[in-house]
Amino acid sequence: MDMNWHQIGRIEDIPLRGARCVSTPQGKIGVFRTAENEVFAIEDHCPHKGGPLTQGIVHGKAVTCPLHNWVISLETGKALGADAGVVKTIPIRNENGVLSIALESLLMAAE
Amino acid sequence: MTEKLVIIGNGMAPGRMLEHLFEKAPGTYQVTIFNAEPRVNYDRIMLSPVLSGEKDYEEIIIHGDGWYIKHGITLYKGHKIVEIDRTRKTVTSDHGVTESYDRLVIATGSVPFIIPVPGKDLRGVITYRDLDDVQAMLLAAQSREKAVVIGGGLLGLEAAAGLASRGMDVTVLHVMPTLMERQLDPAAGYLLQKAVEERGIKVICKANTKAIVGDGKVEGIELDDGRIIPATLVVMAVGIRPSVGLAKDAGLAINRGIVVDHGMQTSDGSIMALGECAEVDGQVYGLVAPLYEMARVAASHLSGDRSASFVHSDTPTKLKVTGIELFSLGDFTDGDDREEIVLRDASAGIYKRLVLKENRIIGTVLYGETSDGAWFNDLKKKATDISEMRETLIFGQAYQGGSPLDPMAAVAALPDDAEICGCNGVCKGKITSTITAKGLTSLDEVRAHTKASASCGSCTGLVEQLMTLTLGDTYSPAAVQPMCGCTELGHDDVRRLIKAKGLKAIPAVMQELEWKTSCGCAKCRPALNYYLVCDWPDEYADDYQSRFINERVHANIQKDGTYSVVPRMWGGVTNANELRTIADVVDKFEIPLVKVTGGQRIDLLGIEKEDLPAVWADLGQAGFVSGQAYAKGLRTVKTCVGSNWCRFGTQDSTGLGIRIEKFMWGSWTPAKLKLAVSGCPRNCAEATCKDIGVICVDSGFEIHFAGAAGLDIKGTEVLGLVRTEDEALEHIVALTQMYREQARYLERIYKWAKRIGLDEIRRQIMDDADKRKAYYASFVFSQKFAQVDPWSERVSGKDKHEFKPMATVGFSQAAE
Ligand SMILES: Cc1cc2nc3c(=O)[nH]c(=O)nc-3n(C[C@H](O)[C@H](O)[C@H](O)COP(=O)(O)OP(=O)(O)OC[C@H]3O[C@@H](n4cnc5c(N)ncnc54)[C@H](O)[C@@H]3O)c2cc1C
Ligand code: SF4
Ligand code: SF4
Ligand code: FES
Repeated sequence: MDMNWHQIGRIEDIPLRGARCVSTPQGKIGVFRTAENEVFAIEDHCPHKGGPLTQGIVHGKAVTCPLHNWVISLETGKALGADAGVVKTIPIRNENGVLSIALESLLMAAE
Repeated sequence: MTEKLVIIGNGMAPGRMLEHLFEKAPGTYQVTIFNAEPRVNYDRIMLSPVLSGEKDYEEIIIHGDGWYIKHGITLYKGHKIVEIDRTRKTVTSDHGVTESYDRLVIATGSVPFIIPVPGKDLRGVITYRDLDDVQAMLLAAQSREKAVVIGGGLLGLEAAAGLASRGMDVTVLHVMPTLMERQLDPAAGYLLQKAVEERGIKVICKANTKAIVGDGKVEGIELDDGRIIPATLVVMAVGIRPSVGLAKDAGLAINRGIVVDHGMQTSDGSIMALGECAEVDGQVYGLVAPLYEMARVAASHLSGDRSASFVHSDTPTKLKVTGIELFSLGDFTDGDDREEIVLRDASAGIYKRLVLKENRIIGTVLYGETSDGAWFNDLKKKATDISEMRETLIFGQAYQGGSPLDPMAAVAALPDDAEICGCNGVCKGKITSTITAKGLTSLDEVRAHTKASASCGSCTGLVEQLMTLTLGDTYSPAAVQPMCGCTELGHDDVRRLIKAKGLKAIPAVMQELEWKTSCGCAKCRPALNYYLVCDWPDEYADDYQSRFINERVHANIQKDGTYSVVPRMWGGVTNANELRTIADVVDKFEIPLVKVTGGQRIDLLGIEKEDLPAVWADLGQAGFVSGQAYAKGLRTVKTCVGSNWCRFGTQDSTGLGIRIEKFMWGSWTPAKLKLAVSGCPRNCAEATCKDIGVICVDSGFEIHFAGAAGLDIKGTEVLGLVRTEDEALEHIVALTQMYREQARYLERIYKWAKRIGLDEIRRQIMDDADKRKAYYASFVFSQKFAQVDPWSERVSGKDKHEFKPMATVGFSQAAE
């Protein structure tokens, strides 16, 4: 499937150990910035009951969902620990602080 | 008829003696105590943790004022006895009080030795013996200047570590070649010196003090070799001398100490002596274990049982400096008839040495890893022949019998008569049998009933292991329950260390306390953030990224990701203007649900996050501030209409509730805090299931606390009755502050109270006015930084990023 890159802003727009959300035709996407200044993008939708992951606490390379404390890996989108579930990860790139995410062009055409 | 018992000195030895006496023969004596120190009996051993900030003075009190009242004891605080008249059987204090006695007990302890060098009387030269010395050191430490400690023994090193942790630049001068040479061999002394130096303390051994120099006050120390070491504070910790002057003037037999027989009897049949001032068989003592043995014997004799006889025993020495583990026991000098076993692990900083004579342990030095101390002590005491396990002996108990055992098994394997608590001479069997017989479930109870780990506290770990062994899974030791997977430390340790080490940021806590993860997790970060906010209100910068979403955006997240908003209605009172504003906001933002809460507030549910600042802006126009319905902090003060309206009302409960809420809003607490004030015992505001509640009565205000009406249901406990509204406010605020400072994160007040003990809370808040006022002042101070309305801050732009998406992308050009 074709990928389309979209600029979403600068890395400083996201607090360290924090997240922002981006509205897209694919739904809300969470963009996370870790203490080590890495960035990740995953769907803003907890595999448990759909909690908004961007509202959780970011620690290491994971986020804890604000609704029932599932811990989701930002790298793989998988629930860690005893819970099972996965959210979709979204390709993201950081070019000198400018962030872009890749969306599926098929969906865009449909919009 | 009751006899008159007079005691000179109110230290740890006579305190223990009285406990035994009241148990054995209550009511036999009318007791009067004279104490030169102006205070009750406290745990002198724990002065070092007070100096370093790991404990408060209140926590080390052994007998509070109430204890003396309960036992009908007259305690003259700050009265030094200057004369004993043995013919008239009276004692006289320096304030002119004369008291007659039938039996007299001398327990004057020791005085610190002052080396007779020029300048010893300069201002800034102090010793280390009592609370006054600690307070003098704390005052001097505020300057953060240079301090010199003369003496590299137990006391000197504890003083040095305490002063260093208070920010002073400390040098220790020690006359011998290695530190603590009386308890440690040179190898362990070397390791100790390294550890002390790693704490930033300079150590100079073989240092002979020639003079203390300065003009009116200390400016430095001059050594034999001409070196001058600058200092504004000099602590002399070079040893102690039994305090015998008074007994000597009275003509009692004196040697190094006051000479007593095995029944603690002096040369005068009506006078006994015990504690550090007493000498038995030519021996004087400087550790509490033998003094407690004296106390047991003296109490027996006073109660008429003359069979009790003092038995000498070796006491292990431990240093109470956080992070330095050392244990020393018995005799470890070299000798032809002796052999030794040594184990060293340089990388781990471990050194262990056993000295054997005829296949029996006679001395033990452990440095770096001391958990086998109890076992070696037991082998030594019983003179066990160790030839069978000689090869593996030094590896400790866990290695005996093949494969290594876990620490729990090691404790399980100890015999019943193995000594666990050295200070109080409590053996394993006593602890386990008391736990079972009395149904004890907490460490504090075990301390209360057996005294194990109640003095210097260094055997706490062992006692907890015994509790786990005895109680199985029903006991989860507080100290062993880590905060979360990121650390081995429990909440209490973390709170203590944050204060003791002056840690003022989350990364500092994680670094210093050796967190196992790089940036914590969703369990520890909010807890640490709270502890830091609470402990350093003026200095700590709140870390929003470590707060749960509700506290970050100041609204309550709902299951669908929308938010609910609760404006504050002081005391649950509102008016037409406020209600109109709320109605307009509901219409304007099409808020789907408006609901009245259990805390007498109005809840607006289903608001989109992006709309929050606009909703708050409109609410703010009517004067609303955040109701903090999301906070681990002060939530609501619920009230009834009280004497203003109700025919039963005794006081203005509404007014008091509003006053409390206006005073306390904005404060962060370990868990949510809900209050209520009812105007009479009919209790329409349901104050008796709240965290803190007030029931107004004709004579004043009955303050309640520790109720619960959530997962658990529990009626409140009574804190006490106060007369005026001002007092009610002061007590409630002080109680809240005590809870803020002590509880674990997310621990509601009723759970904390159960853990700490209701009596302890009443003692600090109701009985101890100074303590109460200090808590009150701390709360008031922190409110200066906390009482900022988070909604209006956000209306004016703070944290904008929280409420807007970062971007909107990917929708087709046309649609955009
Ligand atoms: C900082 C420090 C750390 C210590 N650490 C340990 C440890 O880890 N382990 C351990 O076992 N021991 C330790 N000790 C020693 C232990 O505290 C003492 O052995 C014990 O407190 C002595 O008890 P006592 O009752 O004999 O005398 P004290 O507790 O000294 O009490 C004597 C009291 O009598 C009063 N007094 C004296 N003369 C008169 C008079 N003429 N009239 C009226 N009152 C008078 C004094 O003011 C004093 O309050 C430590 C001591 C200090 C100072
Ligand atoms: S608690 Fe007492 S004063 Fe308050 S409303 Fe009820 S009856 Fe009246
Ligand atoms: S009682 Fe349960 S369902 Fe109802 S609001 Fe409270 S937590 Fe939610
Ligand atoms: S919705 Fe995320 S943990 Fe339940």
